[in-house]
Amino acid sequence: MQPLRVSPSEIAVHRGPATPLRDPAPSRLRYKLGRLWLTPGFRKLMQFGLPAFVALALTGWYVANPDNRAAITAQVDETRRSIETRPEFMVKLMAVEGASPVLADTVRKLLPVDFPISSFDLDLEAMQDRIAALDVVETVNIVIRPGGVMEVNVTERAPVLVWRRVGALELIDATGHRVATLVDRAARPDLPLIAGWRANNAVGEALAILAAAAHLGPRLRGLVRVGERRWDMVLADGPTIMLPETAPVLALSQVLALDAAQDLLARDLTHVDMRDPRRPTLRLSRSAMARLTPTSFESPSHE
Amino acid sequence: MTELYQQQRAMRAMRSAAIQRGVIAILDIGTSKIGCLVLRFDGPEQFPASDGVGSLAGQSAFRVIGAATTRSRGLRFGEIDAMAETERAIRTAVQQAQKMAQTRVDHVIATFSGAHPRSYGLAGSVELLGATVSEDDIACALAACELPDIGQGREVLHAQPVNFALDHRTGLADPRGQAGNRLSVDMHVLTVDADVVRNALYCIRRCDLEVAGLSSSAYASGISSLVEDEQELGAACIDMGGGSTGLSIFIKKHMIYADSVRLGGDHVTSDISKGLHVPWATAERLKNFYGGVVATGIDDREQIEIGGQSGDWEKDRRTVSRSELIGIMRPRVEEILEEARLRLDAAGFEHLPSQQIVLTGGASQIPGLDGLAPKILGQQVRIGRPLRVQGLPQAATGPGFASAVGLCLFAAHPQDEWWDFEVPADGYTGRSLRWAMKWFKDNW
Repeated sequence: MQPLRVSPSEIAVHRGPATPLRDPAPSRLRYKLGRLWLTPGFRKLMQFGLPAFVALALTGWYVANPDNRAAITAQVDETRRSIETRPEFMVKLMAVEGASPVLADTVRKLLPVDFPISSFDLDLEAMQDRIAALDVVETVNIVIRPGGVMEVNVTERAPVLVWRRVGALELIDATGHRVATLVDRAARPDLPLIAGWRANNAVGEALAILAAAAHLGPRLRGLVRVGERRWDMVLADGPTIMLPETAPVLALSQVLALDAAQDLLARDLTHVDMRDPRRPTLRLSRSAMARLTPTSFESPSHE
Repeated sequence: MTELYQQQRAMRAMRSAAIQRGVIAILDIGTSKIGCLVLRFDGPEQFPASDGVGSLAGQSAFRVIGAATTRSRGLRFGEIDAMAETERAIRTAVQQAQKMAQTRVDHVIATFSGAHPRSYGLAGSVELLGATVSEDDIACALAACELPDIGQGREVLHAQPVNFALDHRTGLADPRGQAGNRLSVDMHVLTVDADVVRNALYCIRRCDLEVAGLSSSAYASGISSLVEDEQELGAACIDMGGGSTGLSIFIKKHMIYADSVRLGGDHVTSDISKGLHVPWATAERLKNFYGGVVATGIDDREQIEIGGQSGDWEKDRRTVSRSELIGIMRPRVEEILEEARLRLDAAGFEHLPSQQIVLTGGASQIPGLDGLAPKILGQQVRIGRPLRVQGLPQAATGPGFASAVGLCLFAAHPQDEWWDFEVPADGYTGRSLRWAMKWFKDNW
C-alpha cells in the first residue's frame, strides 16, 4: 500500500502554548482598592481634594514662618521698586505755569520734591491740595507730562479790591476771596477800597456801585459796609452817601444825577441819606445848620 | 423554600434600586468561562413604548459599558467546586469589567447552569373579591397554588405565573382589571439545589457585591436566543455550555419547562484529552481549531500536529488526522443531544404546536452541528446567537454569551414572579371584613 502523501502545507502545526495562559486574579486587597478607586466620590476627592489640600497645607506651612513672609514681602517690594524706578516712570523736573515769580517760588517751596523721583511716589492729589490751600491760587492742576516733567498749572486770583479790616489791609478778588495782605494802601492805589465787617461777602454789589461812581475819580474814598446790610459811600471832599439795601446803584445814580444838576455833593452836607430812596434826606453840617436856623427855614433846593 | 424565598423579594427591591442608580452588573458563572457585563441604564427609552414594542424590543433602555470574560476555575457542571478559586475568577471578571466601564458596580444579577433544575407546573384558583381582578386577587390565586413536595434541600429559583384563566376564558396574559368571578392561574416553578445556590450567593458576597437577582442560565439563554415568534409559538432552547447543557421550553413568551443535562463541551475536551493523551489545554485548542462532528474525505488527509513538550521526540511529533478527532468528538456530542432529546420528550415537547429547537451556547459552535442536530432533535433546528444589545463588544456577541445577554434583557424587563405580588393578607379577618363590605354594598 502506497503511503499517504501529505504535503507540508497540509500539516497544520499546532503552536499553542503548552501551559495554559496566565489568568491572574486580583488579590482581595487589590480588588477592594480598585473598587474604592472607581467610587466617584473617592475619586474626585483624590483627584481634586487631595492636591488642593496639599497645596494649601504647603503654602500655609511656608507662610507661617515669619522669615518666609518677610522674604516674600522683600521680594515683592524689590520687584515693585525695580519697576517703579524704570526711566519711563521717573520725573526729573518741575515746571510751574501761569504763576507770578513770587508765587512760583512759593510753590516750589511748598513742594519739596527731590528730583529725580518715580512718578509712583508722587502724591499728586495731596500736592494739589497743598497748593490750592494758598489764597492767591484760584485753581491748580498738576500733571506729569511725558519726558519726566511735572507740570504745575496755576491760575492766580486777580485782586479787584482792597479791603480794610480790623488791623489789616487785604486784597480780595471778585468773589470776595482773600488774595494777599497789603502792607500799605499806597502800594495799590489803583484798586478801590472797601471797609466794614464782612464787606467781602458783597463784593459784587460793591463793584457795581463803584462802576456806577467811576467818574467821581479820586474824590471817592471808598465804600463802607454798614451792619452787613448796605453800603456807605465815602467821598474825600463831600458828604457820605448812605445807600439802601436794595438797588443801591439806582439810588446812587439818583444822587449823581442831583449832583450833576444842582451840584449836590459840593454843598455843605455831612450825609446824603438814600436809605429810603423814595424820601432822600440830607443831613446838614453843623455850620450850615447854624446859618439856616435863626432866620428862616428854607430848603436848599429852593435857593 | 425558606431562605432563598425570603431573599428573592429583597433581590427584586435591590434590582429596582440599582436600576434607579443606573448601573448594574451581570455575572454569568459558567463552567468554562465567567463573564461579567456592566449595564448602564440611561433612563427612559428614546422611543415611546406606545409604538407597541419599544425600540430593540424595549432593551434600548440600557447599554453595556463594560464587558470582561475570564477562564473560570473551580466549577464543575455549573456548580461551585472550589469556592476560593471561583471567588478569584469572579473577582477577575468583575474587576476587568469595572475597569472598562470606569465605574464601580455594587449590584449584580447572577446566573448559573447547574444545580439540577427541575420544573413543576402548579395550578391554583380563587374566587374574586371584587367585580374585577386586582393585584390582590392574583396574589391570592398564586398563593392558592399547592406546592408539591420539591424534595429535601431544594429551593424555588423561578416561580412565574404563565397563564391566567378567568371563568371559562383561558390564555390571558394579564387579567388585571378584567371582570369575572373565578381566577385560575398556572404557575411554573423551577427548583434547584439549595446548597449550590447558597454557595453561589456566598461567593458573590465575598466579592463585596450585592446579589440583585438570580436566574437559571437555561431561562436567560432562551430569552436572548429565541426570537419573538419562537417564544410566542413554542420553542426549545438548548444552551450547550461547558459543563452542562441547559434546556428551556418557551410558549406564549413564558418559560414552561427547564432542565439541564450534566454534559457539555468540557466532556468533549476531556474525551479528546484522554483519547489522544494530550494535556487539557491542548485538547481544548485542538477542539476549537480543528473540531467538528461530520467527517468528510478531506478530513482523512488533514494531519494535525499535536505537539507536546514531554521531551520524547516520538511523542511530541505525533500527528492525528482530523477525522480521528471528529471520531472522538462526535459520539459525545451525539450523547449530549440525545440526552437533551430525552429530556424534551419527557417534558412532552412533541405535543407543542411548534417543534422549533434553537441550539446556543459555546459548544453549539462545533462545525457540522447543524448537520448532526436535525438527525437527533428533529428537522426544525437552528443554531442561534443571542440578540444584539447596545454597546456589547464584538467579542461578546457569540453564542457563548447567550445567557449573559439574556440576563441583560431579564434585568431590563423582569418577568413577574410570585414574589412580585404582595403576600395576601392572610388571615381570615381581612378577607371576612371585605366580604362583609361586599355583602353590604350588594344588599344596601
